[in-house]
Amino acid sequence: MLARSQYYLLAALAASFVASLFSGSFNSYFLDVAVTCGINITLAVSLNLINGYTGQFSLGHAGFMAIGAYSASLLTTNFGGKLLPLVGGQTWIFFPLALYAGGVVASVAGLLVGVPTLRLRGDYLAIVTLGFGEIIRVLLQNVDAVGGARGLIGIPDYTTLFWTFGLAAITVYTVWALVNSTYGRGFIAVSNDEIAAEAMGINTTRYKITAFVVGAFFAGLAGGIYAHFKQYIAPQGFGFDKSIEIVVMVILGGMGNNVGVIIAAILLTVLTETLRQFGDYRMILYSLLIIVLMIARPQGLFTWTGWKRKSA
Amino acid sequence: MPPLLELDRVTIRFGGLTAVSELTAHVGGHELVGLIGPNGAGKTTVFNLITGVYQPTSGDIRFAGESLVGRKPYQITGRNIARTFQNIRLFPSLSVFDNVRVAFHLHVKHDAVHSLTRFRAFHAEEKEIAAQTMELLDIFDLGKFRDEPAKSLPYGSQRRLEIVRALATKPKLLLLDEPAAGMNPTEKTELTKLIRFIKDKFQIAVLLVEHDMQVVMGICERIAVLDYGVKIAEGTPTEVRANPKVIEAYLGEEPTPG
Repeated sequence: MLARSQYYLLAALAASFVASLFSGSFNSYFLDVAVTCGINITLAVSLNLINGYTGQFSLGHAGFMAIGAYSASLLTTNFGGKLLPLVGGQTWIFFPLALYAGGVVASVAGLLVGVPTLRLRGDYLAIVTLGFGEIIRVLLQNVDAVGGARGLIGIPDYTTLFWTFGLAAITVYTVWALVNSTYGRGFIAVSNDEIAAEAMGINTTRYKITAFVVGAFFAGLAGGIYAHFKQYIAPQGFGFDKSIEIVVMVILGGMGNNVGVIIAAILLTVLTETLRQFGDYRMILYSLLIIVLMIARPQGLFTWTGWKRKSA
Repeated sequence: MPPLLELDRVTIRFGGLTAVSELTAHVGGHELVGLIGPNGAGKTTVFNLITGVYQPTSGDIRFAGESLVGRKPYQITGRNIARTFQNIRLFPSLSVFDNVRVAFHLHVKHDAVHSLTRFRAFHAEEKEIAAQTMELLDIFDLGKFRDEPAKSLPYGSQRRLEIVRALATKPKLLLLDEPAAGMNPTEKTELTKLIRFIKDKFQIAVLLVEHDMQVVMGICERIAVLDYGVKIAEGTPTEVRANPKVIEAYLGEEPTPG
């Protein structure tokens, strides 16, 4: 017997699989936008666990993404020749394993970043995570073994619609299921009032670190998907502006509102594509969006009801 | 058998200020004790010491014979001490139901992994907790608000919800920090009844910090009086009321309270 939510997950996985079978009939531009949407949904929903539900303002999500992207790519690109035969040359086994490894490395980084959150709150935490993201970027830029500033090339083309949207579905399910339980309400309690949460017997430290580890894990997976889609990654692709882009999706969608965040991720991805002709000026649009939003709808564009829904 | 809660020469200093000095007090297993004193006497500091928000500079705090010193607030709640706050601290964006449900947190067996797998045992437990939550809410007449966000409740109901939430942690000792603050006389009378009811229904001890003399004198079996962090008197309401030191420190300095 599966829970109803798990049937939804299976349905989403099946839909991704079917869509993947027909991917040959879509034009490549559409595929490109669709995969980017899927990756951004994964990134935004995983960040929503940290920033939205748990209320820990992280500005380093692109850093976790980078770690996952590089780890998975190194496995498939540099060691693919040795590792692939071990799984019988089956890329559909090899790829998720490489992705998973990338996610694990990213979640270890999440643990390391999560530990300072024991002491830091609000803006201080934002600065630390921002610093973390930059450190990752600068490190990657200066390590020749991973291509330095030139980046990693020749990454195999493993990403399909199935992997992209399968991962997005698993991420959404995981974050939803984590939060929708008596245990999971603790995340929201931490974001609402840490002192009261402690007084209710909630180990706030543990919740915050869990959020960081889980969030980083999925960001790492998304990074792997991204790398095996673009077949080329470079440190500057995982900079501060990428982190901001994900944060904007979360704020636009409404902190702690998964449906809103998914819509925002799709909306911003499509918007970015249509604004591509303006190049870097789209950062101005992002900044404007945040300003207008914070004034007009601080609860997010897609939050109508808040928490006034029946509990699972 | 030792009393439920013992404070043994507890002192805390913040820099040069001694907020609580050599305080020795106790609360019995099924007792309703009041802690009173003028503004800034250190009453809330005592609560923060008991609940692990502050660590005493010296002295020991024991609960059921075990020292609480050095433990974190959530661990102390896990040892069956629950509290409310002087300025209400609900989880504003969570529903009334979830505010109470999350306080059952200590008593659930499931964790992150079970939340993901959602096997039958998980659902059974969630159902059980939902039932217990509704039972508590209904006892305190909050059931009708179950899906409202806590922040939208009227003030008096928020106070009540905070007490319900504390009870959901299944305490043996309940610390109430000025529950009558901001209430009108009718609400105060109701609160008095409520506190007595809680004590009897849940068979717990209550330590009450309160400014309002009507409330304190009305329900407390024993009262300790703090002034500048020092205990200046202790006894039954009648004894305390007659104590010249108390009159001087408390009633003498402040105009008729209430």
